[in-house]
Amino acid sequence: MTYQLAISPDFKPELISDWFIFNTWFQRQWGQGVHLELHQGFDEQHQALNDKKIDIIYANPYDMSRLVREEGFIAIAKPFQKPDEAVIASHIDSGIQSLDQLTAPLTIAQADSPDVNTIGMIMIEPADIDPADIIVKGAPSYVSVAKQLINGDAQIGFFLAEAFNELSRLVKKQLQPVISSQIHMIHHALLLSPNCSEHINTVREILLSMHQDARGNEILKGLGIEYWEPMEQEDAEFMVDLMDTLIT
Amino acid sequence: MNDMQPDQIVGEYVEHTLNFYDGSSRKILVTEIETEFPKGCLIVSRTDTSGVITHCNESFVKMSGYAREELIDQPHSILRHPDIPPAAFADLWNTLEKGEKWNGYVKNLRKDGGYYWVYVTAIPNIRNSVTQGYTSVRREPSRKKVEECIKLYPTMF
Repeated sequence: MTYQLAISPDFKPELISDWFIFNTWFQRQWGQGVHLELHQGFDEQHQALNDKKIDIIYANPYDMSRLVREEGFIAIAKPFQKPDEAVIASHIDSGIQSLDQLTAPLTIAQADSPDVNTIGMIMIEPADIDPADIIVKGAPSYVSVAKQLINGDAQIGFFLAEAFNELSRLVKKQLQPVISSQIHMIHHALLLSPNCSEHINTVREILLSMHQDARGNEILKGLGIEYWEPMEQEDAEFMVDLMDTLIT
Repeated sequence: MNDMQPDQIVGEYVEHTLNFYDGSSRKILVTEIETEFPKGCLIVSRTDTSGVITHCNESFVKMSGYAREELIDQPHSILRHPDIPPAAFADLWNTLEKGEKWNGYVKNLRKDGGYYWVYVTAIPNIRNSVTQGYTSVRREPSRKKVEECIKLYPTMF
């Protein structure tokens, strides 16, 4: 049997090859066939979930509720100290340096990353902009979000903090951070479907000791993960509760 | 829960007595000093089903003015400010006990007698159909809404 591995579609495009290398290493360690499927966006990934075509997933916290509570996925591991934090940025000449300088109507550029966008929306709440006066412009990547700001197509943009920090100097010097989240509790996680429940302990052991293996450690570095730490089912349930409080 | 002591208070204070639903009461000392909500943060805590704090994050600790060890195992009402009408808390508990989510604007009391406003979302932690406790997440409130609450809440006593 070949298991299907899915990665949350908000992964950095430059990490495509690193995820394939991860999968090669992982299936060798596990001794099972694993096919890595990189979905083009969350809609496609949700369809794969509907079709029961995902056995292992590195999931966005936004999807945790469905995965854990509706589909019965089991939490295995999370990347050590790698929370999803958001940065709201504006063009350097926009005159928007703080939230109280936001005015309606407000155009926001955002990428396809539901947890970052949720955090972004929460952070602008104190600005008292009527939701009816908010125009959201989607972008295929964080670089495109930056371009929309530079071109004056949006007043603010939502970024994953890591992605904002990695923008080129040329791009970054044309932008300014307005506010950054410091939540520390929202993160991606690796989950196993109930189909694989007999493999939980094996998969967990492989991942938790990955950094102790020379090749495994190298792969983790490529993915920007120091090491995997255990994630218990209650940790996942808590994340679901936490996200639930933010989606209101 | 211990009464507040004058040597813990920063600034001029007014004394109040809070009476709780379980018949207990607490002397509190309240100032007019507001602490600004930390930008970009969430204040998170969890309680057991009787409202006793079991977990809290760093922002919770920092904003409360207490040490973490002074908060764990204490009733969540350690943060209760006399300006918030009891009807708001009754609504919170009634909603949570029905297994539903509660939202509202709340003024919290600090250890030093000061206060901070938050927008609260509280939800029951339901595991295998049983409520195990509650999670409360506070975020920076809309100032406009806070001003509305400052006018409304005194009419609810």
